[in-house]
Amino acid sequence: MFGDIFNAQFVASSIRVAIPLALAGLGGVFSERSGVINIGLEGMILSGAFAAVAVTNFTQNPWAGVLGAILVGILLGLIHAITCITFKANQIVSGVAINLFSSGITVFFSWLLFGETQIMVKSNLPIWGLPLPDIGEGSTFVRNIIVMFAHHSPLVYLTIVIFILAHLIIYKTPFGLRLRSVGEYPQAADTMGVNIIKMRYIAVMTSGALAGLAGSFLSLEQAHFFVKEMSGGRGFIALAAMIFGKWTPLGTAGAALLFGFGEALAMRLQGVLAIPVQFIHMVPYLLAIFVLVSAIGRATPMAAVGIPYEKEIG
Amino acid sequence: MKINKKFDYFVILEKITPLIAVIFALLVGAIVIMLIGEDPVFVYKTLFSNAIGNRDGWGNVLFRATPLIFTGLTVAFAFRCGLFNIGGEGQMYIGTFLATWVGFTFTNLPAFILIPLCILTAAAGGALWAAVPGILKAKTGVHEVIVTIMMNWIAASLTFFLVLKFKAPPTEAMIEAGVKQMIPHTSEIAQAARLPRLYSIFKFLNIDFPAYNQVNVSFFIAIGVAILAYYILWKTNLGYEIRAVGYSPLAAEYGGISVAKNIILAMVISGAFAGLVGTNEIMGFKYRWRQELFTGLGFNGIAVALLGKNHPLGVVLAAILFGILNYGGAIVNIYTAGRIPRELIMVLQAVIVIFVVISDEVVKRLIRQRRKIL
Amino acid sequence: MPEIALEMKNITKRFPLVVANDKVSFTVYKGEIHALVGENGAGKSTLMSILYGLYQADSGKIFINGEKVSIANPNVAINLKIGMVHQHFMLVPPLTVTENIILGMEPKKNNIFIDMENATKRVEELSKSMGFKIDSKAKIENISVGIQQRVEIIKVLYRGAEILVMDEPTAVLTPQEVEDLFEILRSLKKQGKTIIFITHKLNEVKALSDRVTVMRRGKVVGVKDTKDTNQEEIASLMVGRKVIFDIEKKPHSPGKTALKVEKLKALSNKGLPAVKNISFEIKEGEILGFAGVEGNGQTELVEVITGLRPASSGKIFLYDHDITNYSPRSIREDKIAHIPEDRKQRGIISNYTVAENLILGSHYRSPFNKGLALNFTAINNHANNLIKDFDIRPSDKDNFLKSLSGGNQQKVIVARELYGEPKLLIAAQPTRGLDVGSIEFVHQQILNERDKGKAILLISADLEEILSLSDRIAVIYEGEIVDVLDPKKTDENEIGLLMTGSTANKKLSKAK
Repeated sequence: MFGDIFNAQFVASSIRVAIPLALAGLGGVFSERSGVINIGLEGMILSGAFAAVAVTNFTQNPWAGVLGAILVGILLGLIHAITCITFKANQIVSGVAINLFSSGITVFFSWLLFGETQIMVKSNLPIWGLPLPDIGEGSTFVRNIIVMFAHHSPLVYLTIVIFILAHLIIYKTPFGLRLRSVGEYPQAADTMGVNIIKMRYIAVMTSGALAGLAGSFLSLEQAHFFVKEMSGGRGFIALAAMIFGKWTPLGTAGAALLFGFGEALAMRLQGVLAIPVQFIHMVPYLLAIFVLVSAIGRATPMAAVGIPYEKEIG
Repeated sequence: MKINKKFDYFVILEKITPLIAVIFALLVGAIVIMLIGEDPVFVYKTLFSNAIGNRDGWGNVLFRATPLIFTGLTVAFAFRCGLFNIGGEGQMYIGTFLATWVGFTFTNLPAFILIPLCILTAAAGGALWAAVPGILKAKTGVHEVIVTIMMNWIAASLTFFLVLKFKAPPTEAMIEAGVKQMIPHTSEIAQAARLPRLYSIFKFLNIDFPAYNQVNVSFFIAIGVAILAYYILWKTNLGYEIRAVGYSPLAAEYGGISVAKNIILAMVISGAFAGLVGTNEIMGFKYRWRQELFTGLGFNGIAVALLGKNHPLGVVLAAILFGILNYGGAIVNIYTAGRIPRELIMVLQAVIVIFVVISDEVVKRLIRQRRKIL
Repeated sequence: MPEIALEMKNITKRFPLVVANDKVSFTVYKGEIHALVGENGAGKSTLMSILYGLYQADSGKIFINGEKVSIANPNVAINLKIGMVHQHFMLVPPLTVTENIILGMEPKKNNIFIDMENATKRVEELSKSMGFKIDSKAKIENISVGIQQRVEIIKVLYRGAEILVMDEPTAVLTPQEVEDLFEILRSLKKQGKTIIFITHKLNEVKALSDRVTVMRRGKVVGVKDTKDTNQEEIASLMVGRKVIFDIEKKPHSPGKTALKVEKLKALSNKGLPAVKNISFEIKEGEILGFAGVEGNGQTELVEVITGLRPASSGKIFLYDHDITNYSPRSIREDKIAHIPEDRKQRGIISNYTVAENLILGSHYRSPFNKGLALNFTAINNHANNLIKDFDIRPSDKDNFLKSLSGGNQQKVIVARELYGEPKLLIAAQPTRGLDVGSIEFVHQQILNERDKGKAILLISADLEEILSLSDRIAVIYEGEIVDVLDPKKTDENEIGLLMTGSTANKKLSKAK
């Protein structure tokens, strides 16, 4: 039984489940490191997922779809930034509004453009990596390695590259140093000539881009269709992963993999144990709550997160 | 320092920011309608004349406003304690399902027992579901936003499981209509568990009102709950403590107020309001639980609370406005043969939220600027 | 005529409800140490924030070395070689010393990455040239306040500053650290730097500065050569009238023991020992003052006594009644009143009205609460009475606390806490940030309570306040009481040494 569950396919599907969570979670890292809470990740994923399918179907080019998703994410990030940074509105309220907006606009355009609420993807991204040997042909070990790490959507490799870049940017570049200071103590960064507003805009729009990309993976690669509310709370689970990963890129990736692992495991167990499917569906959400509780006291958020920057107090 | 008359003008402006936001949102809506190639004047005229131009329209509006009053109060009440309860959807699911279960299980109880029992069960179910994020927040400090959302999805799965457990066969109407893929539903609640429609009251008063109109006694329950929320928040010791915790947990703690206790209480009361949606949706309307993925009523409660400035009176007014938009939007959808999807209304609601928060901030700045000049 | 380094002409800056700078003109010569003095709220910090580009003046001109400049943001100020050490240090706690110093002016390698090696080298060179011993890789949150200030100075020097603004730099330092700082500033002056030194402590003006500019209520009221003036003259310029330096105090006649603390221990927010084995007593009619550098366990000690923080061991008795680890509510019911050090966060609810704030803590009891509902008649009468008795202004009970001045907010707190005849009054930093009139009022209230036979625990970072009010002085260092002194037989120097632990070790070893 153990071997039936924990095989190469299992690892591969864990990775696939983890990708959108990791990308959106990384978006959360950028945004919160700069001091802006982004509850709107959920809506950005959803809008990204829709944009990816819509653009892909109109252009017959899935790469254009991915780009469209990223642009839509950036646009929603811009709205969030304008509301929270320029207008200093409550960041959670703004995020909630973005989620409401995304729920409405995606279905609105589904009806308008396609006349239905479930849209199939008409063109798929290729699979990159080594060709998969047939079962029994060659070594099982080599086949397993290929299944796990070298036979994936291009977006999987892209995600890995993004994470390495994010780590380098945050910890090794002037931009990263400024980003880390802006979320902790913006007044200090301001006196050092760091432009708080600009840093926060860049960070929030980056987070939108990453959430949009996460959405494109969800619709183009995981589901191969778009359906309303398909983000399924992933934006919030991604925030849990970010917190569990202590707001670091690598920690967030690890936490996302943990979620991927948990969800993949639950799906496997469904076949083995007689658990009603509805309880299997609860697993990621229960896991998120559990992870949040266990992160308490272990992970401290940025000191200035959630607080609009006021230059002149009085 | 004396503050002159002109200053008061800005204070009034601050109070009516929601109105400004609504007007702006309707303008954005008009642009969207034009982009689709429809006539915004015709659309808005159709929308408002059907919604509030006659008694039937008003009945439909209030019927749609009723659940939004409950979910709006859910968000507003918790917000007064500094909490973002965006789990109204899940709390509503649990409360509503449990009330349905009571309604179709204890069928031999008389109405004067069964109706209060169902109402209390609905409230208790919502309270129970909201207690979880409340306790987690109070005891461990976990932020309620993520937990309440997670609880929504768990509630959706849990009720799905339960509805299959209490699944009833398709109705004759469904079989006649040849519905194949049936959405699972439960049996109907007892006659004694049903709330009367307002039609029966109007008939008694000899006022002409269509019998098919779904507005029911639950609307009065909603108004009663709004008054109750106001009373608790501003007239009682409990409300003093809840608002103190909301404004400043540190000062509340210093003043001998238990922050943890009030967080849990505020969540529980807030969740109870969400559970009461069941009085309208089940006891007054559908009479059975039908599984669907999120009605949106819980989420729209957030918009209602924000538009109503987290005040019970504001919540009632905002819920009625959203009732107008929802019902009018549905009518427009029919009139335009689906060329204007009713999701336009959802988009408008989100735009309203963004404009409300922005215009609040703009007015605050104007006031500050004003004080500077004085 | 000495060369002019900086000239600010007719600077005006308005904030909501207040004019912070009203046509202020301010001139500083090259290579001098110039003291800028005034009470809290006189407009000193605003003026310097305008100089540093943090605020924009509504009108007025600034000249640096004779050239007219417009300083839109701190970047411009940095380029003009202006450096500022803020009162609240502008250091990011989770970042390292080096990271904080280079922030905003990072040396790069390959045009992309931060050149950490080079940065560390430059920081260490600068540090050595000033004779500082600083671990450049330490995180700010793990180093002492004195060292943090040195990091701030290096940060300014790293940017090549010629004009240094020091905003109340001594507020957080012990007398000995102040001496060290003065040495540093004198050596910077020798290197040719111009220093603007903001303070409200007049002995510092005398000890350090060449010239002094005095501000009052947003205006410059005097510019003097330090050697031609004296403390009394500066003081009367600052306040606008003669100040009485000594507080009249009746002789001390202690009664029964009111508060007894035995071997008390408690942890800080970070879970580290903050109160370590503290024991003391306060008698009726006695003020026990706690002197110490902030962050040595005073905050935690007060929180433990008032039930806001659990004691990990030890006992607290109020008249033989054990109140250790009681809830804040039951401790209030036992009549312990508390003027908290963090007025804005703890002491008031700024969105509540004066009337609502005046019942905080007794809101649930008769007469304010009856049955299920609040009794507004009682609440309003209570408010009107206290507003009259304590002269709270404006006198409208329905004003929100956020619209009151700091002094009047503190009056609300004092009125509320003294109502109902407390047995013990805990006053933590009771006059911090207040104007002279309010300070006198608060001091008078505290002394009145003492003369009525109440026990009082006073905590203050202001040694002058401790010395003039206390009947006994306990010096606290790293969570322990290192000595208890008689204010008549000690002075600021002795207390200062004890506060830094420099003689504490000797005493402890003697005791062994």
